[in-house]
Amino acid sequence: MTRAAPAAPSLPQAGPASGAAGGEHAPPGRAPVRRAPAVAVSTREAVFFAARSPKLLVGLAIVATFLVVAIVGPAFTSRGVYEYVGPTGAPPSAEYWFGTTTFGQDVFTQFVHGLRATFIVGFLGGGLAALVGMAIGFVAGYRGGWLDELLNMVTNIVLVIPTLAVLIILVAYLKARGVLVEAVFIGLTSWPWAARAIRAQTFSLRNRDFVDLARLSGVSTARIIVREIAPSMGSYLFMTFILMFGGAVLIAASLDFIGLGPTEGISLGLMMNNAVLWAALQLGLWWWFIPPGVAITAIVGAMYVMNVGLDEIFNPRLREM
Amino acid sequence: VKRYFGRKLSLYALTFFIAVTIDWLIPRFMPGDPVQSMLSRISGLQPQAIESMSVYFRGAFGLDKPIWEQYLNFWAALANGDLGISVWAFPQRVTTVIAGAVPYTLALLVPAVLLSWWVGNHIGALAARRRWLDNTVLPVGYILTATPYMWLAILLAWSLASVAGLFPISGGYSMSLRPALTWQFVSDLIAHWFLPFLSLFLVGLGGWAIGMRNMIIYELEADYSRYLQALGTPTGLVRRYAYRNALLPQLTGLALQLGVIVAGALVTEVVFAYPGVGYLILQAILNEDFFLLQGIFLFVIVGVLLANFLIDVAYVIVDPRTRTSMQGRLA
Repeated sequence: MTRAAPAAPSLPQAGPASGAAGGEHAPPGRAPVRRAPAVAVSTREAVFFAARSPKLLVGLAIVATFLVVAIVGPAFTSRGVYEYVGPTGAPPSAEYWFGTTTFGQDVFTQFVHGLRATFIVGFLGGGLAALVGMAIGFVAGYRGGWLDELLNMVTNIVLVIPTLAVLIILVAYLKARGVLVEAVFIGLTSWPWAARAIRAQTFSLRNRDFVDLARLSGVSTARIIVREIAPSMGSYLFMTFILMFGGAVLIAASLDFIGLGPTEGISLGLMMNNAVLWAALQLGLWWWFIPPGVAITAIVGAMYVMNVGLDEIFNPRLREM
Repeated sequence: VKRYFGRKLSLYALTFFIAVTIDWLIPRFMPGDPVQSMLSRISGLQPQAIESMSVYFRGAFGLDKPIWEQYLNFWAALANGDLGISVWAFPQRVTTVIAGAVPYTLALLVPAVLLSWWVGNHIGALAARRRWLDNTVLPVGYILTATPYMWLAILLAWSLASVAGLFPISGGYSMSLRPALTWQFVSDLIAHWFLPFLSLFLVGLGGWAIGMRNMIIYELEADYSRYLQALGTPTGLVRRYAYRNALLPQLTGLALQLGVIVAGALVTEVVFAYPGVGYLILQAILNEDFFLLQGIFLFVIVGVLLANFLIDVAYVIVDPRTRTSMQGRLA
């Protein structure tokens, strides 16, 4: 059962993950299949290596920085998001830290509020996707049989249908949309990848001795999944959540960018959308479209790097000696 | 072979069926009445006029029939290739509007996807087990992978088109030209095509390179590679075997990523106002042209399903194991 852990392909995020917009965004289904079944790593050992993993620390630092900006930032500005406060198209200055838009709106104010929306979508959308993926993955992997076949078929279908296309149709018909609605829709359409990965993992754990033992002692299926299987792949579940988080952020950015974001408020994708619509490119207002893109790229990239770091911590064979 | 494709095809057929049903369901069961919202846009109508007009439109759109009949009608219209009439490009039919946009999207998508997959695989294979190269490829790869499609497109449009003035910033061809098979027009077309293509190509590149690097490292540690190395086989040959094995999961990855890449192409087109399907989506949304939106949705789904099927075929050709196992079953 314990197959030699592959060197790197175990990194679930390291797939042909490409840019924006995609539920299956990050990880290709195949990678985790080859991941060696969870190797027991004690908490102390994990902490020891975590403190020495530059990848994890750097990634964490970047995400934390943006999170702090998102939480604290709005307090530093008393301006309204769409309020016309200053000169039009002014470059960054002491008064307007990130400059102003074509209409004289403060880019910094939009940025910090947009950052908030990004984290909300990431947490909710990514969290929901991870939860649905876990539920389906655990049940399919543990129960097997016809239930597995059925769930597998559903997963494959949702996997093939381009998430963004469905979202476009769904969202277009909703007149009033908030960040929460957007997050829920993203969560409900981007779980298939997680479900596949977790199913494969569960499959490899299903016939381990400790699970057999629990089954023999008459523990119910739900309890076995929650108490026995889930904890032994806890690190993996957490990494799945991180990937789903990044994916949700990117999908949200694309949705916002084509004008299907929240109808109220602001988001980073919406800022880019406005910048393109109102000729920021032609006028050279780089302060309008550079910050939102940098923020998204940095957050999502940092999460991927963090993931590699985590993988190395929980999968001893991957550590660079 | 028959059984394999039979299974795949039935899955795709089912997916198509579900997609069409979604396409039909969503507009009907979303909050809000399309007829009402259409009428509310015409101001200054008397209540009686609204009443009679809504009855008329309900009949015209077939909304007064029972639900199951509406559903069957939808399929029947679909079978005739009738997707309704576009509001944005009135009075053109949705199918004509889409047919005009599809070539642009395909011309963008197909070379970008294939090239970035191919180049990415090679970069990844080179990076594996070469420390200095690995150290540059990995970070760059992660950054590219995390970049939202439209942002890279915006950056390219701004730096190369707006500031440097090397390429046109938007459109499919210059306003001053009319489509014709002249050298001038074709070169203009290519100049407009290049930046959207480049941004799609670059975003994809990172993911493929990282994926391939990881697969190669895994393959190089597999027993067969170890055995070859122990026999003293030249490194180049071992790596070539590893590459070929690593290519298979990358092919699967391509199938899984298709939806994402298509979505990326759509937003990229929006940035460059490139007259493809993505640009149509934006127009449809801005003009609340739901028929067009539904039509595009179906087109995208059918396209992705077709591409998936092509990849399945490619998989059978590339991987001898699928072939032999299937022949074994037939024999």
